[in-house]
Amino acid sequence: MDETRNVKIQVRGVSKVFGKNPKSALKLRDQGLKRPEILEKTGQTLGLSDISFDVYEGELLVIMGLSGSGKSTLIRCLNRLIDTSEGDIVIDDEHIPTLSEKALLECRRRHFSMVFQNFALFPHKTVLQNAQFGLEIRGIAPAERDQKARESLTQVGLDGWEDAYPNQLSGGMQQRVGLARALANDASVLLMDEAFSALDPLIRKDMQQELLQLQSRMQKTTVFITHDLDEALNIGDRIVLLKDGEVVQIGTPEDILTKPADDYVRRFIEGVDRSRILTAESAMRPVRTTARESDGPRTALHRMRENSVDSIYVTDRDRKLLGLLEAEEASRAIEAGADTITDYLTQDFRKVTTDEPLHNLFAMFNDKSFPIAVIDEQQRLLGVVVKGAVLDELARAGE
Amino acid sequence: MDIPSIPLGYWIESSLTWLTSEYSLITRAISRVTQTGIGGLNDGLMWLPPWALLAIIALLCWKAASPRLAIGAAAGMALIWNLGLWDPMIETLTLVVIATLVAVVMAIPVGIAAALSQRLYRVIMPILDFMQTMPAFVYLIPAIPFFGIGSVSAIFATVIFSMPPAIRFTTLGIRQVPVELIEAADAYGATRSQKLFKVQLPLSLPTVMAGINQTIMLALSMVVIAAMIGADGLGSEVWRAIQRLRPGDGFEAGIAVVILAMVLDRLTQSFSKARR
Repeated sequence: MDETRNVKIQVRGVSKVFGKNPKSALKLRDQGLKRPEILEKTGQTLGLSDISFDVYEGELLVIMGLSGSGKSTLIRCLNRLIDTSEGDIVIDDEHIPTLSEKALLECRRRHFSMVFQNFALFPHKTVLQNAQFGLEIRGIAPAERDQKARESLTQVGLDGWEDAYPNQLSGGMQQRVGLARALANDASVLLMDEAFSALDPLIRKDMQQELLQLQSRMQKTTVFITHDLDEALNIGDRIVLLKDGEVVQIGTPEDILTKPADDYVRRFIEGVDRSRILTAESAMRPVRTTARESDGPRTALHRMRENSVDSIYVTDRDRKLLGLLEAEEASRAIEAGADTITDYLTQDFRKVTTDEPLHNLFAMFNDKSFPIAVIDEQQRLLGVVVKGAVLDELARAGE
Repeated sequence: MDIPSIPLGYWIESSLTWLTSEYSLITRAISRVTQTGIGGLNDGLMWLPPWALLAIIALLCWKAASPRLAIGAAAGMALIWNLGLWDPMIETLTLVVIATLVAVVMAIPVGIAAALSQRLYRVIMPILDFMQTMPAFVYLIPAIPFFGIGSVSAIFATVIFSMPPAIRFTTLGIRQVPVELIEAADAYGATRSQKLFKVQLPLSLPTVMAGINQTIMLALSMVVIAAMIGADGLGSEVWRAIQRLRPGDGFEAGIAVVILAMVLDRLTQSFSKARR
C-alpha cells in the first residue's frame, strides 16, 4: 500500500466476548485456548479475537468471512452498535470504545452511515423521507435535507420515486434507497453490512458496478462486509479475511489470489476457484429487450430500433427462448405482409447455461457476433453475454 | 382445629377508609373536574339536534371507512332515536368518551415505559392481569366512598377496567418494531426520544389503535354495568327494565348498546387501518 495514504480508522487489538464475564474468557484465550474450548469452559462465545487493521482514507475495504467468522460483529464494533470487550478503535483521533454516550451519538452522526443486508428501510416513510433520515436525526433544516436527499436519490438512479413507499419497490431498488440514505447523510465513512447479499445475482452484479462507479467519483471511505469471495474480489481495494473471529490475511485481491497466507485461504480460493468465478453468469448482462412470439414484425423492429440493436431474442410467455429475429428478416416479414414473426426466426446463434466456463464463450462469437444467450434448464432466457463483457471479465481476472 | 381466617377483606376495607378520609380533598377535586367534563360534553351533544349528530356520525363513517358503514350507522342511530333512547344513548356515549380519554392518556405513557424497561414490564404485567380478571363489579364498590354515587364513580371503575388493553397493545406495538429498524436508527445516531417519536411510535400506531379500540369496547360494557351505582344512560334503562320485569324495554336498550358498540368499533378500526 501507498505509504502516504492517510489512515482513517485504526482498529487495534479488538476482541469481543459474548457473555457475562469477558475477562475470564479473554484470559483463557491468552493461554492459547480456541473458541470451542472457551465456550465449553465459560459458556461464553469469543466473537472476535485481537483484530487489528487500518482503513485508509478513500479506500473500499472488504471484510470477508463465512458465517460465524465475526464479520458482522466487527462492523458493528466500528460504530459501537456492539461494545468491544478489549482493544481500541480510533477514527480521526476519537477513541470509540471510551466515548461517552453523548459523544458516541455525535460521532455516529458525523462519521458513520450504514447500509444493511435487509435494507432496514422505514416502512412508514416515503423514499424521500427515508433518504432524509440521517439528516433529520442531525437536525438539518428541512429545505437542505430535501435537497441533499433528492441529490443522493438521483445518484442511485431513483429519480421520480421520491413519494413511493419502500414496499412498492423491488429489492434492488429498496437497497438503492438504503444507499441513498447513507450517501445523503454525508458521513465520512460508509459501512455496508452484506449490503448486496439479499439481492438476485444479476442485480447484485449491477449494484457492485454502480458502487464502483460511485466510489471512483466520490472516494468515500467504505467498509464492506461480505461472505462472497467473488464479490470481495470484484469490488475490494483491499480485503481483510476473517476466520473464527481472527484475521487470516489482509491484502489486495491479487495478494489473496496469488499469495494465500495459509491453507485456509488457499482452500477458500480453490473452493470458489477462478474457473468457477469466470462463468457465463459472471459476464452475463440483463437482456435490454426481447420480443414475444405473439408480436408482429413491426413491433419487433420498433423494439430493435428503440434499443439500437439489429437482432432481438424472441421468447414465449414463460420467457422460454424460441429463436432470434434479425432486423433484415423482420423487414422481409413486413414486406411479405406477415403478421407473426415465428416463421422468420433463426436458430443460428449460441446459447449456453450459466455455468459455462468463460473461455469457452470466447470462441463462440462468430463474425456476426450476436450476443450469446444464457438460459436455464427450462430453456428460459436469463440474460446475454456480449463480446466486450467476456474480454472485460477475463482482463479483470488478470489472466 | 380452628384456623382463624385471614382478615384480608378487613385490611382492604380499612385501607380504603383511610384513603378516603386522607385524600378526600383530592378525590373531591377529581370528582368536580370529571363532573364538569361530563356535564360539558353531555350538554354539547344534547344541544345538537339528533339529526345533526346523526349526520356528523354518518359523515365521519363515510370519510374514515366506507359509504356502507355510513348508511348502517345512520340507520342504527335513527332506530335508537325512534325508540326514544336518544338521550340515554348520548349519556352513555359521553361516559365512554370521557372514560376512554382518561384511560388512553394514562395507558400510553405506561405502555411506552413498560416497552422500554424490562423491569417495569415485569411489575406492570401482573397488575394488568389483576385489573382485568377482577370481576368488574368489584371496582364499583370502592368507587362509591371515593366519588359518591353517580357518573364519576362510573368513570373511575370504567377507567380501571378498560385501561389494560391500551397498555398491553402499546407495549406490544413498540416491542414488535423490528430490531433492524432500531439498529438503523441507532446507527445514524438517533437519541432515545428520536427513536421513540420517529420510529417506534409511528410503527406501533396500528397496534396502539387496536388497543384503543379494545379499551372503547370494554369501556362501553362497563359503563352499562355502572348503572348499578347510579350512572345514567342506556345501562340504567336496562336496570330499570330488570327491576320492573319488562323484557321488551330491556332488549330495546340492549339493542341500542349493541348499535353504539358496533358504530364505535368499526369507526375506530377503520382509523387504525387507515394509518397503514
